[in-house]
Formats: sequence, structure tokens, C-alpha cells
Amino acid sequence: MGSGSPGATDAEANPPTIAVLDYGIGNLRSAEKALEHVGAVAVLTADADEIAQADAVVLPGVGAFGRCREALAKTGLDEAALNAVASGRPFLGICVGMQLLYDSSEESPGIAGLGVFAGTVRRLQPGVKQPQMQWNQLSLMNDSPLFEGLGENPWMYFVHSFAAEPSQYLLATCEYGGSVVAAAQSELVFATQFHPEKSGQAGLAVLRNFVNIAASSREARAQRAAQQAQLAQQAQRRAV
Amino acid sequence: MKTTRVIPCLDVDSGRVVKGVNFVELRDAGDPVELAARYDAEGADELIFLDITASSDRRETTIEMVRRTAEEVFIPFTVGGGVRTVEDARRLLRAGADKVGINTAAVDRPELISEIADEFGVQCVVVAIDARRRVFAPQSGSGAEAASQNSPGSAQTDSLSWEVFTHGGRTAVGLDAVEWAARAVELGAGEILLTSMDRDGTKEGFDLQLTAAVSAACSVPVIASGGVGTLDHLVQGAVTGHADAVLAASIFHFGEFTIAQAKQALAQAGVAVRPA
Repeated sequence: MGSGSPGATDAEANPPTIAVLDYGIGNLRSAEKALEHVGAVAVLTADADEIAQADAVVLPGVGAFGRCREALAKTGLDEAALNAVASGRPFLGICVGMQLLYDSSEESPGIAGLGVFAGTVRRLQPGVKQPQMQWNQLSLMNDSPLFEGLGENPWMYFVHSFAAEPSQYLLATCEYGGSVVAAAQSELVFATQFHPEKSGQAGLAVLRNFVNIAASSREARAQRAAQQAQLAQQAQRRAV
Repeated sequence: MKTTRVIPCLDVDSGRVVKGVNFVELRDAGDPVELAARYDAEGADELIFLDITASSDRRETTIEMVRRTAEEVFIPFTVGGGVRTVEDARRLLRAGADKVGINTAAVDRPELISEIADEFGVQCVVVAIDARRRVFAPQSGSGAEAASQNSPGSAQTDSLSWEVFTHGGRTAVGLDAVEWAARAVELGAGEILLTSMDRDGTKEGFDLQLTAAVSAACSVPVIASGGVGTLDHLVQGAVTGHADAVLAASIFHFGEFTIAQAKQALAQAGVAVRPA
């Protein structure tokens, strides 16, 4: 899978470096190992320079929104994350890492999220067990390179009691006491409420797609930089 | 959509699987990592490692096993056994476990549940409860209630109760299992792993009344455990016991049934599962 995606060959020949933000919460090793498994050079890091140099950035997250937000601030990784988003490099928020990209969460009132996506994270509908701790089937609402080759309804593993409200970024939903936002995207900022690093082969395919996106984005940036350098050179020659 | 999880459980001592495992084609049937990868490939939804390593200086082997598992297994896994402090939980989670199971330590000091939940989130706290049916003295006139009927909602249900045991089922602690489960959830358990000591190892099926009673008392998922001998037992656990996940060990380890067969049986009975 993924062999037909743009950048696949490039990703294999020259694996992109992906920084997994390490802000001291729970199990971060799984995300790192899963990314390595699909061919990335994954670095679990809290180092701002290392993050700035990576081809793409992953923001994992488990536990409470407020606590994760606090830990991000304490380690200065909130700024590193926002810088990464602003740089246009591919970015992936996972679970609470997705939720942190929004403005706020009902779980931790009064605490501001990173505000990359407009909107609020809300508690799941009553009448179902919470957390949703199970595999569920996605309904893909929009085409995205993140889900390339996965079919219409891939199975993914969820663990959460809160989820983003639907918005223009909606990429996929699942059904759990109502429609639940399962993935979102704005340009190259991706977010999954499910855990791709814990969703078996289907989850690994999502991560492989992300690695390919990172490789093609790196390629595109390199081309742009080369073009700019060329233009600058031409301008200089004309000036001379 | 609610889907029911199928979870194989591996007993591990000093980094080795202890109960015999009878898979063909395994390079090393005692290697928990190889077995875990095999179950992942077969379509297991999650895995639980029960670490029965006795001495604390051998815990490093367990951490090493968790690290290796995290490199090869990409479905969630829980490690239970010997977790007594937030630090114990941290080491396992940092090594790559998704959840930690706590049993005796939670009964001894219930605040431990909140401490781990506050630090890492409720989703990684599995409170394991070993329960055994209480035997009542005959009431005047009514005679001893036959508590062995396995049909929840029967006339006897109200008088049924189960006691919590710790130390691998050796020590009665005087707690009511249903009440303890509800309290554990209040304190921050994200999931309950419920084992019937009466049924464990019998292959007679889950204690469905226990499972249904605990499931009804808990707002979080309940994993039914203890007694699975047939695929129909798994179905009963989900349908009659209202379990959110069904755990089995020997039927999978000894190759009696595959994960795929278990899921097929559940699906045929109308229980939604992720296809293997």
C-alpha cells in the first residue's frame, strides 16, 4: 500500500525525519515505533531545533486536555508545534493531540487550545459507555492523501470521551451514540481522533501515507527553494 | 456503533509466557513478543499481559518485554501485575504499554487509581477485579438459593453477590465486587477487567450474572474474563453478560480456536466486531 502515492519512492530512498513531540505524557513510544515501522526516521524529542529541522511533526496525546495543554506549555512545545504548523510542514495531531489543535475543550473549561482549527471539543453523547474504547469504522467524508488506499470504511482504534465538533475541516466520522468527528484536515495539518499507531495494518497505512506526504512536501519545498535561488541569481545577474 | 473486542491474555513470568502455548510455526512459543505479534496479525483487538513475575529485581525483564512488544505490535496492549505506584505505571507506559492493570494495589490503596488516572488519564487505568460468589446460609423457610443458575434477571439475582479477592485470588478482602467496580470507576478507572474466580480455568463459560451486574454498574467498558471453553461462551459474554470485551487464554493459546473463528461466531450472533 502507498506505493502508488506521490513521494512513495522518495520516502523509501530518502526517509523523511518526523519529530514526535515528547512532553512527558503516557505512551509516546508507540507513535515513534509505528512511524519507524513504516519507514520514517522518527525522533521522540522536546528539542526546538530538532523539531524545526524535521520534515514533519506529530503531536500525540493521551489523558486530559488541560493536563496535556499544561505539559505542552511547560516544555515550550506549544510554540514549537505552532511554528511547525506555520512553516507549512505536514503536521499530525493524534487523539488529545488532535483536540489540542482546537480552540478549547469542554473537558477543561477556561484552558485555551492551540487554535489551529476553529472550534470546540465536546463530550461524547450520553447513552454510550465512555470512554469509547474500541475499534470503530470510519466514514470518509472527503478525499485526503492521508486515507489514500484505505477504502471507504477502514477500522481504527479509539480511546476518548471527547471529540471535536464538526467543521469545515471534517475528514472522517465514526458512529458512537451519534456521529463523531474522527479525522480533520486543513491544508497539511492533519488530525485523527483515533490512534493510527494502535490500529493495526490500517493504522500503519495511514501513517505510511503521512510519511509519504512528508516526503513529497519536503520535495516541493526543496524545489521552491531551488526556484527561488535561481530567481534570485537571475535578478542578481540582471542587476550586474 | 458499539463493537465488542476479542482479547487474548498472556501470562508472563520473567519475560516468558508461562502457560503452554501450542501454536505451530512459532520460533519460540515462550516468547511473549512473538506471540503478541502473531495475535496482532490474526486480528486480535487488544492484548493483555499478566505479569506474574514475583521478585521486583526481575521487573526489568518485563520492561524490556514491553519495549520489544511496542516495536512489533501495533494494537493496544495492557500490562497488569505488580503495579503498585505511579512510578511503576510510568515505566510501563513509557516503555510502550497503552494501559496498566492494577488489582491488589488498588484494593490496598484505592487512591492509587486516582493518582495514575490524574497523571496519565483514565484511558490507561484498567482495574482488575477477581471475584468469587458468596455462599449464603439458608434463609428461614426459603432454603438455600441455587446461586449457580446462569441467567441474569432470574429471581435469585437480587440475593446474589460476589466478593473481591486479591493476591491472585488467594485473599478475600470483604468487598462486594459490584460496589468495588463502581467505586473504582468513580476513582478514575477507565476500564474494568472482571475475572470470575469460580469459572477461571473451568471452561464452563463466564459467570454471566456477575458480568451483567458489573457491566450495569459501570459507565466504563467491562472486559469479561474467566471460564471460556467454547466460542458460544464468548457470544454469551457479549449478549447476556453485556461485556464490552471478551478475554480468553487457553482456547487461543492451544489452537482450539482462532481469533477469526471467535469473531465469526460473534458476528453470526449479531454482535458487531472488527472483522479479523
